Amino acid sequence: MSEADRGARETVPSPGAGRRLSAAIVGPGNIGTDLLVKLMRSELIDVHSVVGVIPGSDGLERARKMGVEASAEGVDWLLKQPTLPDLVFESTSAKAHLANAPRYEEAGITAIDLTPAATGPLVCPPVNLDTLSDAPNLNMITCGGQATIPIVHAVSSVVPVPYAEIVASIASRSAGPGTRANIDEFTQTTARAIEKVGGAGRGKAIIILNPVDPPMIMRDTVFCAIPPDADTGAIQESVEKMVAEVAVYVPGYTLRAEPQFDGPRDIWNGMARVAVFLEVRGNGDYLPPWAGNLDIMTAAAARVGEQIARRKATS
Amino acid sequence: MTEKTAEKIRITDSTLRDGSHAMAHRFTEEQVRGVVHALDAAGVEVIEVTHGDGLGGSSFNYGFSLEDDVKLVAAAVDEATRAKIAVLMLPGVGTVEDLKLAHDAGAAVARIATHCTEADVSLQHFAAARDLGMETVGFLMMAHRVEPDVLAKQARIMVDGGAQCVYVVDSAGALVLGDAQERISAVVKEIGHEAQVGFHGHQNLSLGVANSVLAQQNGALQIDGALCALGAGAGNSPTEVLVPTFERLGVPTGVDVQGVMAAADEVVKPFLHRLPFADRGAITQGYAGVYSSFLLHAERAAERYEVPAHEILQKVGEAGYVGGQEDMIIDVALQLRAERERAS
Repeated sequence: MSEADRGARETVPSPGAGRRLSAAIVGPGNIGTDLLVKLMRSELIDVHSVVGVIPGSDGLERARKMGVEASAEGVDWLLKQPTLPDLVFESTSAKAHLANAPRYEEAGITAIDLTPAATGPLVCPPVNLDTLSDAPNLNMITCGGQATIPIVHAVSSVVPVPYAEIVASIASRSAGPGTRANIDEFTQTTARAIEKVGGAGRGKAIIILNPVDPPMIMRDTVFCAIPPDADTGAIQESVEKMVAEVAVYVPGYTLRAEPQFDGPRDIWNGMARVAVFLEVRGNGDYLPPWAGNLDIMTAAAARVGEQIARRKATS
Repeated sequence: MTEKTAEKIRITDSTLRDGSHAMAHRFTEEQVRGVVHALDAAGVEVIEVTHGDGLGGSSFNYGFSLEDDVKLVAAAVDEATRAKIAVLMLPGVGTVEDLKLAHDAGAAVARIATHCTEADVSLQHFAAARDLGMETVGFLMMAHRVEPDVLAKQARIMVDGGAQCVYVVDSAGALVLGDAQERISAVVKEIGHEAQVGFHGHQNLSLGVANSVLAQQNGALQIDGALCALGAGAGNSPTEVLVPTFERLGVPTGVDVQGVMAAADEVVKPFLHRLPFADRGAITQGYAGVYSSFLLHAERAAERYEVPAHEILQKVGEAGYVGGQEDMIIDVALQLRAERERAS
């Protein structure tokens, strides 16, 4: 999109689109940079600025080249600007977000948190986007959570799921320093969201980094404990419907095979099991398509930002 | 080897951790107590007790434990009079919270394992272990997958993060003699002046003991074994073979030869369902460089989807899957079955 197009859209919103919101991206690493590319395409969000802490970092340079104001002076700089953004998308680390979150709230900026800090309500668009509150802080869980919680929810809306477990495998190259320093937060936040958003009685999450070259496409496996007499046809139908819903905003979200059903076993406390094998091929906005973990996270976050814009327009 | 007395090495026995794979993670408290009692009496200084995939490993993906890890660690601590109890954890599977619970149960050594290129995911865990006052060991798994200099740099990251020893871990049993020697030498050169170096061998190509000897001769001071070779793939370097071998070489281990042979023969062998063996699947793992723990998972998938286990393992090796990706075994089995159906 050219600068002229963007200018035109700012003054003449497309019909029914409501007011455009401005948004800053804090943390221009892999996730922040991928998100920037997506927000530049948005018809509901203008990018206010990109904020980092490392002068000359690749993310800041890319933002400048795209015509976006970029600063290496951190959140202090952002909050000193004459016009503050409506939204901030934060993709730093859990620790950094915990420090920044109260400052955004004080400044009246709604935070969409892409770190596993998880201070605000957990959001997974196909499950609970419609019930979004006006909370000052919304958490995007984790990439593995965005890829798997829709499936846990699809199963738990058909049968009770006392336990669900997910395994997320991502290419090493797509895991930046924030992700690497926050492995525990990743597994804990994802596990909590499998319960609270996915609807499982108990959740467990596992993340694996794989350095193979050429890089492996993001893969996710969802295991759910289900009753021995579960209606497998209904579960399969629910899973397939959900895959189609996620594919609306992540076109590369696909099933590797039909859901696999295994009968009850003693070591599973007499429960049966469904296993769902997913592949998440990214849009290639920043890193190449193997980095589906970036794509599903940023596409989901952009969707949440746009939903907030729509709500503000109608309220 | 006769000109001067060799430095003492420390044997860590992993029967109750790596051996857990071969037991489908179904160790009983009674078995744990029996093994710890015998190893402790024989003078083994460190005994590792955890689910095969480490703390938090009990899962659909890796297999559910019969008994909770923390309960088994507490029993082992209770049984040991001299030995330290170690626990394994893989960042991404277990967490600092799991480590704290194990420490509360009396675990004294934290062994933090990552794939050989991903050492930086272990930093929060080394820091936590040191804060808890635990001895720390880094575990660079699948060490055959990178060149010695790359491995040495990863060992440096772990030492800078707080590891007091870093192991070269031959998870696939794929290192062939000189491969082990070169990796140990490179890691010793990088960290040897400030931390120890260890070696963890597997028997998929029957080289666990030979590689351990080469490791010691190149500066490793900690060596892993398991009684009756009980472990993933074709099993680990047998502790009861390592100890007499090192004694013959004049390398002190502090372990009693008769005691450790008795532990293997009288305590472990009677409860084994099958002795670790280099069958076609296990040899394929050593040959193709596949994570040893995948063996039983591949056998189960082979039975469920009617495709040969060694073909699954070969494909898994070609895809470059790493430790922890047990779910990919089912995926590969499904793809192989689909290929067969298309061909027939």
